[in-house]
Amino acid sequence: METMLVKMVSITKKFPGVIANRNVDFELKAGQIHALLGENGAGKSTLMSVLTGLYMPDDGEIHIKGRKVSFTSPRDAISAGIGMVHQHFRLVNSFSVAENIVMGSSSEGFLIDMHEAEKKLAAFSEDYGLNVIPKAKVWQLSVGEQQRVEIVKMLYRGAEILVLDEPTAVLTPQESRELFATLRRMTDRGKGVIVITHKLQEVMENADRITVLRDGQSVATFNVRDTNPKELAQAMVGRDITGSYELPEITKCETILQLKNLSAYGDRGQIALKEINLAVRRGEIVGLAGVAGNGQKELAEVIAGLREVAGGKLHFLGKDYTGKSVRQIVDAGVSLIPEDRLGTGLVGSLDAVSNSILKNYRLKDAGRGWFINWRSVRKCTDKLVKDYDVKLTRLEAPVKLLSGGNLQKLLLAREMSNNPEIIVAVYPARGLDIGAIETVRNTLLKQREQGKAIVLISEELEELFALSDRIAVIHEGEIMGTVDRDCLDLNEIGMMMAGERKELANGRVASS
Amino acid sequence: MSDPLIVILFATAVTAGTPLLYAALGEIFTERSGVLNLGVEGMMLVGAVVGYIATLQSQNHWIGVFAAMAAGGLMALIHAVLSITLRANQVVSGLALTIFGTGLSSYMGKSFVGQPVPDQFKPIDIPVLSQLPYIGKIFFSHDALVYLSFVIVAAAWVFIFYTRWGLNLRAVGENPAAADSMGIPVYLTRYSSVIIGGVLAGVGGAYLSLAYAPSWIEHMTAGRGWIAVALVIFAVWHPGKALVGSYIFGGVDSLGFRIQALGEKASFLKDISPFFLQMFPYILTMIVLILITAETKKRRVGTPASLGIPYDREER
Repeated sequence: METMLVKMVSITKKFPGVIANRNVDFELKAGQIHALLGENGAGKSTLMSVLTGLYMPDDGEIHIKGRKVSFTSPRDAISAGIGMVHQHFRLVNSFSVAENIVMGSSSEGFLIDMHEAEKKLAAFSEDYGLNVIPKAKVWQLSVGEQQRVEIVKMLYRGAEILVLDEPTAVLTPQESRELFATLRRMTDRGKGVIVITHKLQEVMENADRITVLRDGQSVATFNVRDTNPKELAQAMVGRDITGSYELPEITKCETILQLKNLSAYGDRGQIALKEINLAVRRGEIVGLAGVAGNGQKELAEVIAGLREVAGGKLHFLGKDYTGKSVRQIVDAGVSLIPEDRLGTGLVGSLDAVSNSILKNYRLKDAGRGWFINWRSVRKCTDKLVKDYDVKLTRLEAPVKLLSGGNLQKLLLAREMSNNPEIIVAVYPARGLDIGAIETVRNTLLKQREQGKAIVLISEELEELFALSDRIAVIHEGEIMGTVDRDCLDLNEIGMMMAGERKELANGRVASS
Repeated sequence: MSDPLIVILFATAVTAGTPLLYAALGEIFTERSGVLNLGVEGMMLVGAVVGYIATLQSQNHWIGVFAAMAAGGLMALIHAVLSITLRANQVVSGLALTIFGTGLSSYMGKSFVGQPVPDQFKPIDIPVLSQLPYIGKIFFSHDALVYLSFVIVAAAWVFIFYTRWGLNLRAVGENPAAADSMGIPVYLTRYSSVIIGGVLAGVGGAYLSLAYAPSWIEHMTAGRGWIAVALVIFAVWHPGKALVGSYIFGGVDSLGFRIQALGEKASFLKDISPFFLQMFPYILTMIVLILITAETKKRRVGTPASLGIPYDREER
């Protein structure tokens, strides 16, 4: 019989106002990669935080290797052999790799022999085929390397059960493949791995068993052999989902947005964009692919006028807008769907009416002179809310009470009501439920048909492949190349995301 | 006096710097754990008055020092409860502690103002070492609390950078979530560091009332608590650099007082206004803060990354 590493029975965890987990059952067998699948907010992370001692469950039981346990802190979970790799790494950036792994250990001795620890660590990681440099400082490492440090950290602590929260969200396709190979090596030694994810394809390729969560409840558990993506998607969403999108043919001639050798600095004064050249034509969606943090945010901000241009030119409709104010750029017809809806996009403590005129308060409809005509503004907002199907209790409630999907719809409604020429959408579907995602995508497609120029920044390659006329790949602030819709190739895009120029990546794919 | 002027100056820099050094070492512990305590001035004042009263009552200066440590520790505990458990704004809580300590110390010391300390700390020459030319007079002809501060600097240095607990302490200050996930008790670490900070600030205060100016005068710290907070930044949270910094600030501080006596020997000093000289340590504090802040901003080193941010494990 297979060993049952983890058995969670009827776990319930409540937060003020939400029940994150409701009577969830979960079982992990030794030697398996078990995927925990579900949409954002389905309760996957909460369930795993309960397992790793970070949260205390309000109800339910946890059994580890047949023994009932009750964790009051992560320390308890670690000593029971459970290690978690969080989505946001729990590493001290100013420490070396070895220091990060030694810290908190309860072994004997007052003084630390760092040299000895480094030697032990090097030998240990080699044994698992995980290449880490003990002396390197964490802040010097790439995201993939940091993730490896997190894994080594847990194994070093004697973890039998490893939990990874959305491990591939920050990796290139190649790095992801490498990660799963590593995880497979661990399960071959009898350990158990739980991977939290919402990527169906990844689950089908790498997992042994799959448990699907929806709205805080466990829907079903499948063996990967006995299921298919369609069934999983249905279990996740609770209904059928539509497939790909048709992009109607549109004549694209006029270039609306043009970046010429554009450079900009990041928040920390580092060069974030290096001589970017990009042109977007009327009726075209240009997708921007890349691992998060490679200059996407900066690029969007530069186009919207929120970040200073350090070099090069920014043209809208053939006119130079380099160094122009945000207001001038807004007036030129640029619209930004920012990454953080409640930070840059909307003001959380204001109501929908006030938020809807944040950009349009100068227009005639909004009032005369110094005064705002609230009655007319309210009427316009009411129409926007209805058109975009924003679900809110009343117009006067602070918008921070809205769900992510409704926030995004309200933001879209406001931005599209200006009838922009250029739309920059940054991770527009991130964290939304399926219904809202469809609204976002359909809105973008409609705008495309109306002849707008759209830059779509996303980390979901699936989304980019579905919506883009062309995909440009950004790596460390440089455009590695642009690929047309007809010749899209996942491998090629992946290599470009990892920093290969298009010509090289192309050659590699062809020769392999 | 047979010693050269420069030796006397340096020796007074050490005594004037010692209360700063104690307070700064305490604040280094506190801030290394990620808690900012701006109540140093208040903790020093309470330490000074409690140490003074306890010495008056017991006729023993060591009992005075222990009482001051306890008082400083208790004051820090207030800050710990507010900022760690209740997650109050650390700046506000610290400022409140200073205001509270200032008032409390005035109230407690009211009836004792002007009374001499019966058993003050007196200089002890360390055999052999005090005979060394220059060095002996500057470092080894002081009272026991100065020598104790040397020991604490060395101990803190080893503790913070070479021990398991020191590594855990730094981890908590840099990234409490990471520390927590490795099983380091974040709250316990923060509580003990904040209390150690209060204990050391209490000793710094007691040094003023039992050794440096043996008596109790209202507001006798005269902003030294604030200078200590600035010193921590100057020292980039390092005990060894805090020692150097304390003596520099102490030297500048004592210059103002010594200047009249020195005026006889160095006539150019006569032309400087005594008010300017008294102001000088505070001006230096500001200049150092501006320079260091600009520098650390550029290099992103030193400051514990989670300084001033309360930790909440279940935060979503």
